[in-house]
Amino acid sequence: MSWFAWFAWLAVLLHIGLFLLSAPLYSGWIKRNKALLQNRRPPSVVQPYRDLRKLFSKDVVLADSATVIFRIAPYIIVGATALAVSIVPLIVVGLPVNAMADAIVLVGLLALGRFFLALAGMDIGTVFGGMGASREMMVGSLAEPAMLMVIFTLAMVASSTNLSTVILHSLDAPLALRPSVLFALIALVMVAIAETGRIPVDNPATHLELTMIHEAMILEYSGRHLAMMELAAQLKLLLYSVLIVNLFFPWGISTTFEVSDLGLAVIALSLKLAIVGALLAAGETALAKMRIFRVPTYLAIAFTVALVGMLSFVILEGS
Amino acid sequence: MTSPDFASLQIWLFFAFGASLLSALASLLGGQRLWVANLVSFPLLGISAVASIMIGILSLTGAAEFATELPIGLPWLSWHLRIDPLGGFFYALIGVVLLAVSLYGPGYIREYHRQGKYSLAVLGFATGLFVAGMQLVVAADDALTFMIAWELMSVSSYVLVAFEHLEAANRRAAFLYLLMAQIGAGLILLAFGVLAAFAPDFSFAALREAQLPGLWSSIAFALALLGFGMKAGLVPMHVWLPEAHPVAPSHISALMSGVMLKVAIYGFIRFTFDLLGELHWEWGVILLIFGSVSALYGVLYALMQHDLKRLLAYHSVENIGIIFIGLGLSVLFFASGFPLLGALGLVAALYHTINHAVFKSLLFLGAGVIVQRGHERNLEHMGGLIRRMPWTGGFFLIGCISISALPPFNGFVSEWLTFQTALQATALESGVLRAVVPITAAILALTGALAAACFVKVYGIAFLGRARTRRVRHAHETNGLMIISQGLLAFLCLLLGVLPTTMIVALNGVSGSLTGSELSMATSRGWLWLTPIAPQVASYSAPLVLLGIFLALSVWGLVYLALRRRRRIQPVIRRDPWDCGFGSLNSRMQYSASAFAMPFKVVFDPLFRIHEESERQMDDRLPTLPARISYLIHTDDISWNIFYRPFYRSITWLSRQVARIQTGHLRHYLAYSFITLLLLLWLVT
Repeated sequence: MSWFAWFAWLAVLLHIGLFLLSAPLYSGWIKRNKALLQNRRPPSVVQPYRDLRKLFSKDVVLADSATVIFRIAPYIIVGATALAVSIVPLIVVGLPVNAMADAIVLVGLLALGRFFLALAGMDIGTVFGGMGASREMMVGSLAEPAMLMVIFTLAMVASSTNLSTVILHSLDAPLALRPSVLFALIALVMVAIAETGRIPVDNPATHLELTMIHEAMILEYSGRHLAMMELAAQLKLLLYSVLIVNLFFPWGISTTFEVSDLGLAVIALSLKLAIVGALLAAGETALAKMRIFRVPTYLAIAFTVALVGMLSFVILEGS
Repeated sequence: MTSPDFASLQIWLFFAFGASLLSALASLLGGQRLWVANLVSFPLLGISAVASIMIGILSLTGAAEFATELPIGLPWLSWHLRIDPLGGFFYALIGVVLLAVSLYGPGYIREYHRQGKYSLAVLGFATGLFVAGMQLVVAADDALTFMIAWELMSVSSYVLVAFEHLEAANRRAAFLYLLMAQIGAGLILLAFGVLAAFAPDFSFAALREAQLPGLWSSIAFALALLGFGMKAGLVPMHVWLPEAHPVAPSHISALMSGVMLKVAIYGFIRFTFDLLGELHWEWGVILLIFGSVSALYGVLYALMQHDLKRLLAYHSVENIGIIFIGLGLSVLFFASGFPLLGALGLVAALYHTINHAVFKSLLFLGAGVIVQRGHERNLEHMGGLIRRMPWTGGFFLIGCISISALPPFNGFVSEWLTFQTALQATALESGVLRAVVPITAAILALTGALAAACFVKVYGIAFLGRARTRRVRHAHETNGLMIISQGLLAFLCLLLGVLPTTMIVALNGVSGSLTGSELSMATSRGWLWLTPIAPQVASYSAPLVLLGIFLALSVWGLVYLALRRRRRIQPVIRRDPWDCGFGSLNSRMQYSASAFAMPFKVVFDPLFRIHEESERQMDDRLPTLPARISYLIHTDDISWNIFYRPFYRSITWLSRQVARIQTGHLRHYLAYSFITLLLLLWLVT
């Protein structure tokens, strides 16, 4: 491989590293905003780093009935999520990995993570894990058609499923608001809330058994395994936020490897993510968690919105 | 080139047929002797399998097409045989599954030998004939040979389904299977008949040249769809599948679900793409509708099953639906004048065909191990099997991941290809089609996600957790050959997922010979990249994704090791699981399969006919304390109510109306005779 190819792959590793390092910061920012909105003294923005460090140094306590699936699941989940984040352009488009795996592979990798998370939930043989796994698979299976319809709309607009190509197409297109893209944005936001387990679908801060989905599956984890599960959840949240920001509001993203362009991209992205995080915190404070059997209706609405977006593209021929 | 003998298809075809027929004969002569089955019959089936794989490899790598005429058959129509790339591909499929089954069989039938209730001779004889019938169907080059081979396949598989005939339920299931197989064969015969009406004789070469007017062409297509669909298991003709596949011996279920359904797909592809030739876009839409409905229906019913083999049978219905979605897209694009996209659809459908053959056989073989060692077919009684059967558990997990279409295994590649085909719908002119195709893709996404949910349920309930009954708690791992056979199929799942370009090159040959168009850009970036349409449109590099996963995992391993040395982490502590302080949990307090499927039951309720029986027995001493609670849930297939019951009710009504002429009075019968006589006299003059 030429030196440029080596450099490009090094850039991919740096990209994954940047994602991994920023994920706890983003979660901390959201928690800080939520606390401020709820009139509480906010924790420090870097508190999630401290939590992860603490968890890594703690002992792992396994249940008697834990099998090898329980022990390897955190590694597979973090690995699949890390590979998924490598596909999503963060501050620069055109990394070699974008040609290697497209948006459908992204959905597939996230589904792989969810599969092993549900298996880990069922592994111990308690009711919490089974319940969490069952609900997670229901939410995930109903969210996937909506997610795919969003990807289809974007792929039809850009004539490619390669995420770099989609972003470049958005950058080049005139600043007209296309209805298909607007509908796709609304649908993606709804799907992202469901997939990352935020209010109103799932409460990330609860420890009441009947109200948890994600927490129920990782209930038996401790120590470094729990740290990895938490990190995977934070990564997934950052991944969906970056998807929303970069696919629909890509201004500022760098198309070259120039340091000035990258710096500008970092500042632009931080600003955009800060706004999205604050909006998410405001939404979580204003809304209450739905009953679990309202979630299929919610996801059906997301699917219908995405479908309308796709139809408006098809009928208006590029809207 | 090597000696012309072994590079030609002729010698391998001879080996394939000869070995399977010899295997049947050997079993018949061997009687109840186990050594005959283990040392003669199954190795002969293995030889037949290797020969079939060789036929496939030779045919797909460009060996000359082989056609011959056997001196048997009718005086004016002898048996024609021909192997072209399409036939070669299906031979490879048959060979791969048969190889695994021939390794698995000896260990499995030991159980029947031990019980002594059923005849091993009949089992071996019917298996050999079944395999020979399937091989003959794929090689047939005229309608007569095709039908004879088809019937041989159907009747021998009936014998196999009815093998454990001492139970009435098994006999009923086998009878239903035979009935529907015969109806399907009748429809196929009619389809060939329509074609043959416009051709000089029955050979495929003549049928191919037949020029049919549009209406008859559509009638032939409809008959072929119904006939082959009945054997393949398309909704609503699938009702025999969930009855017949569970009652057959597990290695036969693997053969039926993995291979026989694919032979029906072969028949359909041969009839539509090869013999009919001229495709219409309406046919593509019909195929899409049938495929989507089958896929969704199959997976939803699979979610509600708690019998492991019945669940796997419903998943076969789902995957046949997915194959038909690919075929429908292919027909749609070919008929609209986009041969490259049509080839893409065909390649996606064929890729899914071989994927399903491999992972469904793997799952059925694993289920057979559970049935044989744990003596359980009911998911609600299993649990914790991964500790008792680590190898079977590992390979079954690979099968579950593959069928859920997750990277890096093979199910994902065929689903990726189908999605890429559907995404090209923007090329079509009709706005309705451009909207309908993405909706079909969304249904496909829904079925993929529901399949993943179902297999989380299957694996989590059967292999993880704690054993729910005593027999499962004491189950043992199987013997070496059965593990090797499962490992072979699991390795193939990985191989087909990580090296898709090799398979695509082979399928290009099939598509080229069948329709004349190939995916020329598929390997334009080298063997590591799969770029079916063009590199800038979509690309997937499976080996690099696999490498990436390993990279991510190894980085984490390094981090872990670094932390370990620094923090001097203690060995892992084992404790009881979290029980909220209420005390000891037993294995009955786990989530059950019905509980796992409950959210899906609530969401999709109108599509099922569910019978629930709940019984609560209160304690004598304290009326509010339940002493015993029992819950039974059973899901009925609504196809019976929607399609079959009105059908036979109307036939019964019609017969009753006709029966009115039987009044029982002699004078009325004399009047009938008199009137008939007058009528005949009038006709004669």
